[in-house]
Amino acid sequence: MEQKNKNSKKPSYSRFSQQELPAWKPILTPGWVIASFLTIGALFIPIGLVALSASDTVVEIIDRYDEDCVPDAYSKNPESFIQDPDIKKTCVRSLRVPKKMVAPIFVYYQLENFYQNHRRFVKSRSDKQLRDPEAKNDTYNCFPEARTADNKPIVPCGLIAWSLFNDTYKLSTRGKPITIDKKGIAWKSDTKVKFGSNVYPKDFQKGGLIGGAKLDEKVPLSEQEDLIVWMRTAALPNFRKLYGKIDIDLEAHETVKAEVENNYNTYKFGGRKKLVLSTTTWIGGKNDFLGVAYITVGGLCLFMAINFILLYVFRPRRLGDPSYLSWNRLPIA
Amino acid sequence: MGLRTLCLAWRELNEIEYQDWSLMFKEANSTLVDREWRVAEVCQRLEHDLEILGVAAIEDRLQDGVPETIETLRKAGINFWMLTGDKQNTAIQIALSCNFVSPEPKGQLLLVNGKTEDDVCRNLERVLLTMRITKSEPKDVAFVIDGWALEIALKYYRKAFTELAILSRTAICCRVTPSQKAQLVELLKSCDYRTLAIGDGGNDVRMIQQADIGVGISGREGLQAARAADYSIGKFRFLKRLILVHGRYSYNRTAFLSQYSFYKSLLICFIQIFFSFVSGVSGTSLFNSVSLMAYNVFYTSIPVLVSVLDKDLSEKTVMQHPQILYYCQAGRLLNPTTFAGWFGRALFHAIVVFVITIHSYAFEKSELEEVSMVALSGCVWLQVFVVTLETNSFTKLQHLAIWGNLVVFYMINWIVSALPRSGMYTIMFRLCRQPSYWNTMFLIVAAGMGPVLALKYFRYTYRSSKINILQQAERLGGPILSLGNIEPQTRALDNDLAPLSISQSKNGRNSVFEPLLSDSPNAVRRSFGPGATFDFFQSQPKSSTYSRNKDN
Repeated sequence: MEQKNKNSKKPSYSRFSQQELPAWKPILTPGWVIASFLTIGALFIPIGLVALSASDTVVEIIDRYDEDCVPDAYSKNPESFIQDPDIKKTCVRSLRVPKKMVAPIFVYYQLENFYQNHRRFVKSRSDKQLRDPEAKNDTYNCFPEARTADNKPIVPCGLIAWSLFNDTYKLSTRGKPITIDKKGIAWKSDTKVKFGSNVYPKDFQKGGLIGGAKLDEKVPLSEQEDLIVWMRTAALPNFRKLYGKIDIDLEAHETVKAEVENNYNTYKFGGRKKLVLSTTTWIGGKNDFLGVAYITVGGLCLFMAINFILLYVFRPRRLGDPSYLSWNRLPIA
Repeated sequence: MGLRTLCLAWRELNEIEYQDWSLMFKEANSTLVDREWRVAEVCQRLEHDLEILGVAAIEDRLQDGVPETIETLRKAGINFWMLTGDKQNTAIQIALSCNFVSPEPKGQLLLVNGKTEDDVCRNLERVLLTMRITKSEPKDVAFVIDGWALEIALKYYRKAFTELAILSRTAICCRVTPSQKAQLVELLKSCDYRTLAIGDGGNDVRMIQQADIGVGISGREGLQAARAADYSIGKFRFLKRLILVHGRYSYNRTAFLSQYSFYKSLLICFIQIFFSFVSGVSGTSLFNSVSLMAYNVFYTSIPVLVSVLDKDLSEKTVMQHPQILYYCQAGRLLNPTTFAGWFGRALFHAIVVFVITIHSYAFEKSELEEVSMVALSGCVWLQVFVVTLETNSFTKLQHLAIWGNLVVFYMINWIVSALPRSGMYTIMFRLCRQPSYWNTMFLIVAAGMGPVLALKYFRYTYRSSKINILQQAERLGGPILSLGNIEPQTRALDNDLAPLSISQSKNGRNSVFEPLLSDSPNAVRRSFGPGATFDFFQSQPKSSTYSRNKDN
């Protein structure tokens, strides 16, 4: 101990250094535990019911078209159908509206078994290039879609941009075409900041292998909303991306005609394509999971609470009973 | 009588004799081989024909508080050996006076003496036989051995001596040299005992360094022992607080800290593994690098640092029930079972977070950055509640650290989300505005902590461990009676010291102030029960003792 003054070697006293801070020392009494389980159960079940009912009000039409949109002649070899530029790829689908759908109705394309979260796919992009026209040579991560054959940088580079989804949809009901609003489908922050308003596509999709859509070289990247939506990589292999918005209501039992341009080649890797029309609520699209999970957890909590109550009533055990201490039970050693 | 005697005698030396002797002495002092022996030989040449002047006898007074300390620590399952350089008589007297051994007929001292190998062998066998027989009887047996016999025993009869060491709970070794003290410690360490050596002089330094834990008493005989030790205390009786209070708290906190650190890293790792199953096993990291780095440094380290203030039982309870130390000695808080428990908890929580996140953020909400941030938020929320459940006493600092941690998490993420160049730009703002994000958080917490809480409550109430029982008794107030400890006090105790075992815990529901430093006037008095008085004479510290704990 260091000498603090001539008379005493005592270290200076403070509540903190001597660990004398006042403390709250809770213990698990049956009252508290049972009460908390009951509260959670009582809270969660209504929330679950509300979430479930909200999900129920969502109306969703899902139509898988990748199998049916390949003509019979090519059904054994759909790849050659897709890769042939001369054949017309238009396909007409008929969708039935099960319940009244209130505007705005969102149009999505859903892809399954498409791993946008693969490590090499995710890193194959250049954010600098997307922002800044001067940084067009920053194609370091974009291999193999980084430069053209004569070593010119591709803007935007990388596999994500190269594989841009290029099926298009035209909807019509009762003979009248429905306008799909394709503006405002990307995140505002992306259009303002991440994608530059003076960056234009250059030498894009000019190589031997075509991965997806071509881009208009006169439109800056910040306005290429399809590209921006596509480049927000999805976390799971089954995902939906926003295609556009419909601003009219669709009545129940209506038939919507969808003219699909089946351009995108998902046949090589066994992917599936679906067209989705969906309304939304405060919790998003149709997702029963949250509602069901809340009800389950709430129910389990109530079940545990009841169990503990029964245990407490039929097998009471006095807390802090020293006769349970082992050295009080054994004879003196 | 056990007094330390010093004999004074004199003789006149003439110059020539001194010069001759001085040369021999210098030579002996600088030999490389057998220096001690040569020096002793040369000195013996000088020491003859002396005229006795007189004898000085010193009474070696014990420090106060020594008997109580030894008794309390014995109850906690610690065995004591006394290793001293004094002669046998002195050592036995001191041992009797501080209740180290009980006087006849309750206690029995078995002497192992002898100058030759055969003598020692016979003595050793006799004592060993007695020990084996009396092991079952409730008699206090201790053996006494002196330095010479010890030397022979360690060289020739090591196995027998080791067996004797294991059988006896108390032992007195007299006239031991410093190196023999170290050898004894080594012997006990090799029997898988956890050893603690406590001493106050320079001759104890080797023993202190050899033991698992070395405690030095800084005091009258200088600071050598204190400097060489792991822990240095002022008086012998502080050993009780060192072991029972500080040592026990340290064990609890270390156990929690180490297992919790594994848990929080395992949680992240398991989530990454699960994510790899849905990302084509390609090695995509669900969390971005900023989040991963900040997770271990900022998001989960602060509550753990504050766990250094955690106290599961108050000091008063521990002093009254030293047997609780058996629990720590058995390693009940840190062993493969408890580690497996934390591992399982990490796995379960990882499953909960992963499954809930990918199902509630599916299809149109499925975006890598958002899902990553939801999973990370879920992890951090779970951490907060896990630490809360494992903490036993909440000071203001702990509240600040635990809940403040959550606030810091959101603030750091808001800051990063405001940087246009970062990959996480606007992610946190978007998430905090979505009701489904908060729903997901509460669901993760409830689904993750519900089973943990239920299991803990069940164990706490129906399969209480000793610590839990004492905790409950302490917090709910009322007396804590230990009925099994009443022993008839036949030893001569100073003044009217009430037996340690039965005492009323005078705390109400708010036992909050717990002085740690023994110098504060409340602590010492409380430990000894009501009615204790103290002798404040300045006594010499006792010679080196060392204690051992047996691994149950």
